[in-house]
Amino acid sequence: MDSPLSPYRVLDLCGTLGCLTGKILGELGADVIRVEPPGGDPCRMTGPFQHNQPHPERSLSWLAYNSSKRGVTLDIAAPKGRALLLEMAAKADFLLESFPPGYLKGLDLDHGRLRRINPGLIHVSITPFGQEGPYAGYAAGDLEITALSGAMSLAGEPGGVPLRIGEPQSAQWAGAEAAMGALIALFHRNLTGVGQHVDVSAQAAAMSILAHAPAFWDMLQVDISRAGAFMTGRNVHGAKMRVFWPVRDGWVNFILYGGNAGLKTNRGLVEWMETRGGAADTLKNIDWSRFEVSQASQAEIDEIERPIGEFFQTLTKAEFLQGVTRREMLGYPVSTTQDIYQDPQLDARDFWQAVYHDSLEATVRLPGPFAKFSGAECGTRSAAPGVGQHNREFWVDEMGLGVGEYEMLIEEGVI
Amino acid sequence: METGTPNAAGALKDLKVVEFGAYAAGPCIGKYLANHGARVVHVESRQRPDGFRLEYPPFTGNTPGMNRSGCFALFNDSKKGITLNLKHPAAHPAAIRLAGWADVIIENMRPGVMGKLGLRYDSLRETNPGLILLSSCNMGQSGPRANHPGFGSQLSALSGFSHLTGFPEGSPQLLYGPYIDFIAVAYGAVAVLAALEQRNRTGEGQCIDLSQYETGLHFIAPALLNQEVNGQTAERDGNRDPQAAPHGAFPCRDDMWCAISCWDEGQWERFCGALSRPEWKTQPHFSGLAARKEHETELEAAIGTVTRQWDAWELMRALQEAGVRAAVVNRMQDLFTDPQLEQRKVWRKQLHPEMGSRNYRFGSFELSETPGEITGPAPCLGEHNALVFKSWLGYSETEYQHLVEQGVID
Repeated sequence: MDSPLSPYRVLDLCGTLGCLTGKILGELGADVIRVEPPGGDPCRMTGPFQHNQPHPERSLSWLAYNSSKRGVTLDIAAPKGRALLLEMAAKADFLLESFPPGYLKGLDLDHGRLRRINPGLIHVSITPFGQEGPYAGYAAGDLEITALSGAMSLAGEPGGVPLRIGEPQSAQWAGAEAAMGALIALFHRNLTGVGQHVDVSAQAAAMSILAHAPAFWDMLQVDISRAGAFMTGRNVHGAKMRVFWPVRDGWVNFILYGGNAGLKTNRGLVEWMETRGGAADTLKNIDWSRFEVSQASQAEIDEIERPIGEFFQTLTKAEFLQGVTRREMLGYPVSTTQDIYQDPQLDARDFWQAVYHDSLEATVRLPGPFAKFSGAECGTRSAAPGVGQHNREFWVDEMGLGVGEYEMLIEEGVI
Repeated sequence: METGTPNAAGALKDLKVVEFGAYAAGPCIGKYLANHGARVVHVESRQRPDGFRLEYPPFTGNTPGMNRSGCFALFNDSKKGITLNLKHPAAHPAAIRLAGWADVIIENMRPGVMGKLGLRYDSLRETNPGLILLSSCNMGQSGPRANHPGFGSQLSALSGFSHLTGFPEGSPQLLYGPYIDFIAVAYGAVAVLAALEQRNRTGEGQCIDLSQYETGLHFIAPALLNQEVNGQTAERDGNRDPQAAPHGAFPCRDDMWCAISCWDEGQWERFCGALSRPEWKTQPHFSGLAARKEHETELEAAIGTVTRQWDAWELMRALQEAGVRAAVVNRMQDLFTDPQLEQRKVWRKQLHPEMGSRNYRFGSFELSETPGEITGPAPCLGEHNALVFKSWLGYSETEYQHLVEQGVID
């Protein structure tokens, strides 16, 4: 089957921030060449690692976000390396990089130069804050990007420490939205032949997380902030509803809704409790078709939630998921990575892709296609490359370097 | 070849998009495409308006109303709005004509609903073989739980994010909105653009089945691999990172917070210098990453007592000048004065007939040749019926009036 991006070549010089972009383009069929400095990109030292032992070939973050790419090494700071990069750029369709703003200009490899070499090139720069502006030179990782995006102010206990998600996210936000920008640029190039520079800000990308929270300030000068483990802002008395409930082996997410949204869920819950030793009268006596959670007092909500909480404590996460699915109720378990690998829904859709990794000497089930295309291949095509794994086939067979020249470049530390 | 002068109309100016969908996961894709020039039609009806119009605050002046929702506005700017009652018995030909006009249809209804409306992909492509249909839903179109209803805000629990948010001893914490919806938006837009690229070569359209759950898992892939390769289940751990200390948010004056991280001894020593705490550098329990990790609670408390004296923005600047990673934890209000977001013109005003002048959010990437723009406010319900049905779909005035009288356009 055809792949959407099979005619295209991508040069991927990204660090942590842009790895996902090249991976996505690779999953869509592009020939993605991961260009790393000799010895490997520093982001290979990001954990976790196989057996928890730091090693550039065994970083699970690296392996997760560099699959479907080939790997070559090149020192672009060396004059010969620079010349080779320009040669590669002349034949490429996309160049992805996440260098600090100004770095490429210092090497005379900025967008103007690349554009003269190849007017059709789509040059994607992915940085914490974008190419220009007061923060453009700031040093920032996931924590700092997420802080300035506003997202941390929305997670955590009210008044307590603002939180990020424990698994870094901002690189994925920037990476996925960069892929969107790159393909919009490709659409334009198909019409005009003209490439362009795509300047991505991870801070701005992570603002997607905020949903509509900023609108409260824009419209009403109300500053929405973190609300811990409770749902707020949906009740006229300012009452809050519990979101996370302890069960026998962890937690579940369940929210008391009113109106039509909650009708099936609330009736289903009472019926379910009846089959498991009986529902409290408090719940049985409520006419759910008239129940409006927005109008209830905190005392009423607490009284409804108490028996629900007691009931949930008799269940496991798996029983909860089974029960809500059967009754078409709203709610999900708080899954761990272990639960996710065991989810039959994902197996039924053949989601996992088992890929053998030489560097790990193991077959690993990777997350599969991000979407199922009726007329195209999409998904992991190969494990992430080792350092310089494809050097010879790329430099000698494809770029046409003589074997002697190639070996000299290795000796000089250019490759 | 054109000269390469920036094209104000946007890269996607020839693209026609129809949305049979509501809330965020479908419509936000169309918003991004519209911001880059696509003509995007958001389909609702008076019987079934987009749920974001009435179900969630904020509303202009705190008064709910069909055309007063900030939530709806944020995901529907730059589009045209029509009211086509798809459940009306006479609506089918108009829906087919709309689908025939479109290059792309985006829908995020429950699996099977498009079929019930007579809008299955197989039948749509008979008259429009180049059509691309993106279906985005919680679980995807197949599998044992395909029909289980759910909200994106709760799906964040199933896909691992909630478990990783909070402190180890406490409850998982909420992420404010439907976190996963926006992951599915980014991947959904990529999928549509990729299919358009393929169509450009082959002339063939296709349908795309996107499971929001599955796209979400791509954002925690390293944690999944840690489970698969090491058998280790990632746990929430506040803001900490195994490879850095300090790594967290620290309190400042006026209830503000500053995020700070030190990844090597050079950064740590410059950090101590910038905070005027040179004595920390020589204290054995703060010396070296391993020692700081071991005494991290004490480390965080010590730093907090110092940062409380600081203005958050001054602290960020001082640490950045010293070469230490630091960033103010922006509140929602700060996003409207953040100088970096101002530089990028992330917020762009549009005048809405009922909501007045409002800020709309432009996306995260700037294109040098086709910059894109917020081209209009979110549509009022049915605002563009005449434009879309008559000018774009070619209905005559008489035909159009007939549809209105029948209640097909309601």
